[in-house]
Amino acid sequence: MMIRDVVQFWQRTRLRPAFIGTACISAILATGPLLLGPAHAQETPSTQAPTAAETANAVPSDIQQLPILYLKQLRDKNPPLSLLDLSPADDGVAGAKLGIADNNTTGKFTKQNFTLDVVESANVDDLIKAALEKGTAGSGFIAADMEPDALLKLADALAGKDAVIMNVGNADDSIREENCRANVLHIAPARSMLADALGQYLAWKRWNNWFLIVGPQPEDKLYAEALKRTAKRFGSKIVEEREFKYEPGSRRADGGFEQVQQQIPGFTQGAKEHDVVMVSDEGSLFGEYIPYRTWSPRPVTGTAGLVASSWHPALELWGGTQFQNRFKRLANRIMRPLDYDAWLAMRVVGEAATRTKSDKFADLNKYVHTPEFEVAAFKGMKTTFRSWNGQLRQPLLVSTPKMLVSVSPQPGFLHQTSVLDTLGYDKPETKCKAYAK
Amino acid sequence: MSTTKSLYASLASLAAVTAASSHASAYTAYVTNEKDNTVSVIDSEKQEVIKTFKVGQRPRGVIMSKDHNWLIICASDDNIIQVYDAKTYEFVKTLPSGPDPELLILHPDGKRLYVANEDDNLVTVVDIEKGTVISDIPVGVEPEGMGMSPDGKVLVNTSETTNMAHFIDTETHKTFDNVLVDSRPRVAIFNHDGTQLWVSSEIGGTVTVLNPADRKQIAKISFEIPGIAKEAIQPVGIRLTQDGKKAFVALGPANRVAVIDVATFKVEKYILVGQRVWQMYLTPDDKMLYTTNGTSNDVTVVDVENLKAIKSIKVGRYPWGVVIGNN
Repeated sequence: MMIRDVVQFWQRTRLRPAFIGTACISAILATGPLLLGPAHAQETPSTQAPTAAETANAVPSDIQQLPILYLKQLRDKNPPLSLLDLSPADDGVAGAKLGIADNNTTGKFTKQNFTLDVVESANVDDLIKAALEKGTAGSGFIAADMEPDALLKLADALAGKDAVIMNVGNADDSIREENCRANVLHIAPARSMLADALGQYLAWKRWNNWFLIVGPQPEDKLYAEALKRTAKRFGSKIVEEREFKYEPGSRRADGGFEQVQQQIPGFTQGAKEHDVVMVSDEGSLFGEYIPYRTWSPRPVTGTAGLVASSWHPALELWGGTQFQNRFKRLANRIMRPLDYDAWLAMRVVGEAATRTKSDKFADLNKYVHTPEFEVAAFKGMKTTFRSWNGQLRQPLLVSTPKMLVSVSPQPGFLHQTSVLDTLGYDKPETKCKAYAK
Repeated sequence: MSTTKSLYASLASLAAVTAASSHASAYTAYVTNEKDNTVSVIDSEKQEVIKTFKVGQRPRGVIMSKDHNWLIICASDDNIIQVYDAKTYEFVKTLPSGPDPELLILHPDGKRLYVANEDDNLVTVVDIEKGTVISDIPVGVEPEGMGMSPDGKVLVNTSETTNMAHFIDTETHKTFDNVLVDSRPRVAIFNHDGTQLWVSSEIGGTVTVLNPADRKQIAKISFEIPGIAKEAIQPVGIRLTQDGKKAFVALGPANRVAVIDVATFKVEKYILVGQRVWQMYLTPDDKMLYTTNGTSNDVTVVDVENLKAIKSIKVGRYPWGVVIGNN
C-alpha cells in the first residue's frame, strides 16, 4: 500500500558488532518483560488476554497500565517485482514494538506500563470484534493497518465508544477528507502529502514537465490524481499521460530482462518533451522496470526512482542513527515506513500518557486533540495533528532507494501558520466535516 | 576626592584591559568537526585556526581535563572516548564508553567522567586515570545533555526521546528524580552557584529553568524571531556567565544565539551567527563566546560585553562541540 520502502543493502553497513550484544541485552532487560506478553496474536486473539492480565497482576498496583491494540488487516496482494521490496511478516508490528519499548523506558520513571496486543486477520469483522472487546477495555488507542473501507467500518463500529483509531497503514485521501471520521487520527501521510513532498522538490529543481505513467490498480489512479493536484498547486505540468496495462497476476512485463528491455523503450517512445518520468504504481508491479529503460534519458520519480515517504532506512539526520540501530536490534531488519508510522502511533500514546500522567482514555484523547500536543519523531521538527482532519503533520523524505535526497517542505514554500501545511490538504481546502463538530 | 576616584577607576580599567589582552593571548579553543573527524585548534587572540588534527570517527562532545592538559573527546562512531594532549595534540589514550557517546562531563574531583551514550539508554561513569568503567546508570531513551552541580553532588542527564531531566546522585549513582521537560531535551547546565538548572528542548523550542533543590520549574523561556518559522527555533547549547547575569542559548537552524537576562528570564537580544548553531563555550574571562555553526562550517566569535558577532572563523565540516582551555 505504501508508496514504497526498499533497501536491504543497508544491513551490511555501519553495524557495530562489538556493542550490539550488550546493548541488545540491556534493551531486553529494560523493556523485555513488558514486551513478552503481547506477541503476534494471529488468528487466536483470545490467548492474549490472560497474558495481559498476568502482566497487570505481576506489577505493583501504583503502576498505570496502558494496553494498546494493533489491528492488521491481512490482504491478498501480488508480490512486488523486487525481492528487496517484499514485505516482512512483521511490517509495522515491529515498529509498534519499538514504540512500546521506548514508551516503557520512559514509563519506568513515570510508573506507566505500555503493552501491545496485535490482532491480525483477513476478516474485517474479526478485527472489529477485537476492537470492541479489547480496544475499549485498554487505553482506548487502537493502531490500524487497514484498507480504507475496512477502516471506515471499524470507525463507525467504534463511534461513541471510548476509543480512537490511529491509521498507520493507509494513504487514502478520502478517509481524511469527504469520508473523514472524528474518531480517526491519521499517522501515515496522505497521498496528497506524499505527492506534494515530491512535487515541491521537483519544483525546486525546476523539473516542471512530467510524463505520467499510471498503472491499472485503483490505488495507482488515486496517486495519479494526487500528482495532478500537486502539479496544479506548484506550477508543474503533466505533458503526457499513459496507462501501463498488464494483467494482474500474469504481470505482462514479467518476462525477464530480455522482454522488459524491449518493452519499456517502446512504451515510453514519442512522449512530449518532459523533464521527468512520473510513475504511479503503488504495488510496485511494473514501476521498477522504468528506470534506465526509458526512450529518452530522463530521471524516473513517483513510486519508483525518486520517491517520497515518511521514513527511509538510511536516514541518519536528527538522531536517526540511534533510532535505526534500536530498531535493527529489535527486529533484525531495516525500518520501513510502515514500521515508522506504527512506532509514531505508539509514541503518540506514550507522549499523551507521560504529559497527562494518566491512563484514562478521556484524559489522553482530550490532550492529543489540543494544539499543545506534539511528538518529536526524528524529523528535525515537532509533529502535530491538524485540527481539521486529524492528520499528523510532518516533514517528508524525498529519496532514492539507497539515500536521502532531500526533505520537504522545500525552501521557499511558505505558509502563514506552519510550513508543514504546504503538504497535503490545508485547512481552507478540507472537505472533512466530522472534525469541525 | 573625585579625581582620586576617577584615577583609580581608570587605573583599574587599564589593568583590566592589560589583563584581558594578556589573558586573551593564552586561550585556545578546540572545535570538533563531526564530518571531518578532526579537531580545529583556534588561537583566541589571533582568532584563527592554528592547527587541525585527526581524531576518531564522528567527534562530538569535547571537554578538558581538570588541569587543562588533556582534551577528552567523544568519538561517537568509534564508540569510545579519546584523550589527546591539549598542547602537542598527540593521542594519549582511549577511555571506555557505551555505544555512541555524545556528550560528557567531568566531576569537580577531576577523576570521574560521566558519559551519555546515546545508543543504549545509559550514562557511563569512567575513572579517567585507570581507564575503567565504574558504573552504568540506566536513564531514558537517547541520553544526551549532561550537567554537573558545582559541588559535584548531582549529575543531571537529559534523555531526548523520554523528554526528561534525570537527577542522579553522584555518590550512589542512582537517579533520585526525573523531571519532564519539553520535547527533545539536548543540554543541561547548572548556573555557577548551583541554584538553577537550565535545560534546552530542541523540538519543544523552549528552555526550562529548574530549581535543583526541589526540582520545581522556576521559568520557561520561549523564543520568537520575526521572519523565522517557529519550527526552526530549536534551542540546543546553553552557556551562562560567571557573574550570573547573562545566559546564551544557541537556536540551531534559526541561526541565532539568544541572549537572556537571567534576573528576568527575558530575551534581550538575538545575535545572528552561522547556520545551525549548535554548541557554545565562553572564554575563561567571559569576554568572548564561541559558537559552532554546523552547516556553515564555521565558528562565530561573539563579543559578550557588546553582544555582537565580531568574527567568523572557518573550521572543518559540521563543527559540533567546542571547549576553550585556560592556556
